Amino acid sequence: MSINKSNKSKLIYTFLAWTISSLIFFPILWTLITSFKTEAEAISSSPSLFMFDWTLENYEEVLARSPYFNHFWNSIVISLGSSILGLLIAIPAAWSMAFVQTKRTKNLLMWMLSTKMLPPVGVLIPIYLLFRNFGLLDTKLGLVIVMTLINLPIMVWMLYTYFREIPSEVLEASRMDGASIGEEILYVLLPIALPGIASTLLLNVILAWNEAFWTLILTAADAAPLTAFIASYSSPEGLFYAKLSAASAMAIVPILILGWFSQKQLVRGLSFGAVK
Amino acid sequence: MGSINLKQVTKNFGDVSVIKPIDLEIKDGEFIVFVGPSGCGKSTLLRMIAGLEDTTSGNIEIDGEDATATPPAKRGLAMVFQSYALYPHMTVRNNIAFPLKRAKVSKEEIESKIANVAKILNLSDYLERKPGQLSGGQRQRVAIGRAIVRQPSAFLFDEPLSNLDASLRVNMRLEISELHKTLATTMIYVTHDQVEAMTMADRIAVFNAGIIEQVGSPLELYNTPANKFVAGFIGSPKMNFMDVDPITDDPTCCLGIRPEHIEISTEAGMWAGKVGVIEHLGSETFLHVHVEGSGTFTVKAGGDCPFVYGDKIFLSAMDNKMLHFDAAGITLPQQHASVVSI
Amino acid sequence: MATTNSRTLARLMLFPSVVLLLAWMLVPLCMTLYFSFLDYNLLTPGNNEFIGFLNYEFFLTDPAFITSFFNTLLLVGGVLLITLGGGIGLAILLDQAIWGRNYVRIMVLAPFFVMPTVSALVWKNMLMNPVNGLFAHFADWIGVTPIDFFAQIPLLSIIIIVSWQWLPFAALILLTSIQSLDREQLEAADLDGAGPFSKFYYIVLPHLGRAITAVILIETIFLLSIFAEILVTTSGGPGYESTNITYLIYTQSLLQFDVGGGSAGGIVAVIIANIVAIFLMRLIGKNLED
Repeated sequence: MSINKSNKSKLIYTFLAWTISSLIFFPILWTLITSFKTEAEAISSSPSLFMFDWTLENYEEVLARSPYFNHFWNSIVISLGSSILGLLIAIPAAWSMAFVQTKRTKNLLMWMLSTKMLPPVGVLIPIYLLFRNFGLLDTKLGLVIVMTLINLPIMVWMLYTYFREIPSEVLEASRMDGASIGEEILYVLLPIALPGIASTLLLNVILAWNEAFWTLILTAADAAPLTAFIASYSSPEGLFYAKLSAASAMAIVPILILGWFSQKQLVRGLSFGAVK
Repeated sequence: MGSINLKQVTKNFGDVSVIKPIDLEIKDGEFIVFVGPSGCGKSTLLRMIAGLEDTTSGNIEIDGEDATATPPAKRGLAMVFQSYALYPHMTVRNNIAFPLKRAKVSKEEIESKIANVAKILNLSDYLERKPGQLSGGQRQRVAIGRAIVRQPSAFLFDEPLSNLDASLRVNMRLEISELHKTLATTMIYVTHDQVEAMTMADRIAVFNAGIIEQVGSPLELYNTPANKFVAGFIGSPKMNFMDVDPITDDPTCCLGIRPEHIEISTEAGMWAGKVGVIEHLGSETFLHVHVEGSGTFTVKAGGDCPFVYGDKIFLSAMDNKMLHFDAAGITLPQQHASVVSI
Repeated sequence: MATTNSRTLARLMLFPSVVLLLAWMLVPLCMTLYFSFLDYNLLTPGNNEFIGFLNYEFFLTDPAFITSFFNTLLLVGGVLLITLGGGIGLAILLDQAIWGRNYVRIMVLAPFFVMPTVSALVWKNMLMNPVNGLFAHFADWIGVTPIDFFAQIPLLSIIIIVSWQWLPFAALILLTSIQSLDREQLEAADLDGAGPFSKFYYIVLPHLGRAITAVILIETIFLLSIFAEILVTTSGGPGYESTNITYLIYTQSLLQFDVGGGSAGGIVAVIIANIVAIFLMRLIGKNLED
């Protein structure tokens, strides 16, 4: 009887959870579905979830009428470039803080974090003017620099928490075994911390991919990543639902997939280790 | 090859002095144990010898050459850590090969050395496994294998057995002693367990609060401890201390008598007491005897001890076995002790 | 692990990060501070003379600032309320034994990975459009007048969109925290005869305290700077009804080219963010000590 009862409550909870999560997921699902409709069906006053003529014409048109792949490529270069560059700068720093702790380590970590809290509008004008003067406006290089700096504190923090989980004795053992510091990092630290480094990279790719302040302000056409490209649908193209949906789907699907892989690390990265 | 000489070595962490000036000569081929309570500085000193910690002042000489500022990788020492510190991402084979690869030893030589070490340590069947798939004892063996494979001038052991369960610990103790006999290489072994110290060491250095209280062979420390701390630390169960002279009834600074040096009588003795908890170990029995005015005595008796809880018994110290300490805890000469007891 | 050698090396390896962040933070911030005291407009290139606190006076007494200040508060507060309330509910629900929990989790999490411009446009056009939006179709179907979201309730509409984006974050953090709750505590409470409500109130909620604080502070930092959602939906309008401080400064500096005024606004925004940041740093600092 107790099995029956617990099964019953499980059924209720399951129903509730599926209903709510479906509602939350619905806008995304609706976008994906609409992207396969004709424009007429997309604005039909009796919209259908599945019973319509599926078509790929929106994708074809978005790709034909706009340099979609340019923007896609920009997004990849900016997010991946800034994440890899960030890793190269952050790994040595995280190594220092995790394994050669001093009295100042904690303050340094907190200070790095504090730079993350600087509101972008606080530096908007100087950055804009500096970029204009150095010819960095609407360049991928400019955005890679900005994204690297924005996400550097998160990277150092995440790596720091991963490195801290590695017993320092293992690194000391490698020193006793005759490894130089370079060999110690290359042969011992990095392979052990590889899962953590991969998650750091992943989370930062996601954050950079979706960043929508600097990408909107510092790019026009050439270097515009997908965030800025989609923003151009704000009007009046946005009224072409099917095409908006197709463009949106292409912008979010890759990152949705990456995101689902990184859910656990997301918590650690975004809460700065406050919740594990 | 493998003499280590510490000259006036000190270590400060900020304002805290964790090693006060220490002089110690470790001879080539010697098995020396650093023993002491936790926080006494023994591990820190070991790590300083290893080069993993800076030396604040003084010199560390390895084979007659000043190595105080030499980085750990260049000191030619090998270390076995408490947590084994194996490389979790490498197989046993690669763990053992790691120091050889760093030393740029040729491939064939590495293979033959690994095979040799694996045979000595019974690891041949596990070479392709990763540390996560091994038991505690096997991991310990891999750690030792990684240390011996490159024939260091000395081995440093940092509480290597404290993560093993009791029976395995006894086995590994024997294996390490055996290894020392075979390799005849200097070994410095840190432990807080005085049984390990007594059973394995050629010489023991007893540490307390950043200084070495006494250095000597196990029996020297047992028979003629330099002070009250060493007397209390070496020997199991611990020595009994009292501050009232049993003969004159005068308050005295300190007297010590080991549990195994107390005779039990049902009629008369130096102390009258009441039997408390009795611990039967089979071959021997430990009695905890409450003595009015002197606290609880631990007394070692034979395996067939007839007493039960609450019995009234008398205790006496065996001849010349009682130790006397002065106000500062320094052991007073034995002659003096016998004068008092007459 | 600390020898002179490794310490020197550590300093060397910290150097790039520290210098870069220092440059990123200090150089522009000092420039902003400097500009904020100048009469500096890109449209009227001139002598850019020093005018003291006049820019601040204009910025702070501008009715648009007052409106956008309260809009910012409403936006941050509203989203926090919705995401925390919903997040706690979702976290508890997802913590139960349910079939297909992984799929549910994936669906709940998804909105967080959608870029702000996409989510704002999808909501604006396909859901909230007063003629062709799904909500309008639904209103027609049940026979009520559809709401013109961005004309009638612009700020609330943005709050809804942003809440949808941030609900997964709150739910995920809170769920992680709930799952770290010691099950034996709950079993002990069962034995003591505690009902579900008192279990939640006396055990689950205190355990969540830290995660809730983390969610509040982290969301606040991000929500203070909401920009893309406003840009692509209402552009701050109608009037200033959906303008927040970030958007106001953007319009002032890059649309009206008033560098001086925008800079003064930027400094004000920095001060506001600092007040929040101090609390966040305390929380994380405490956590560092464990």
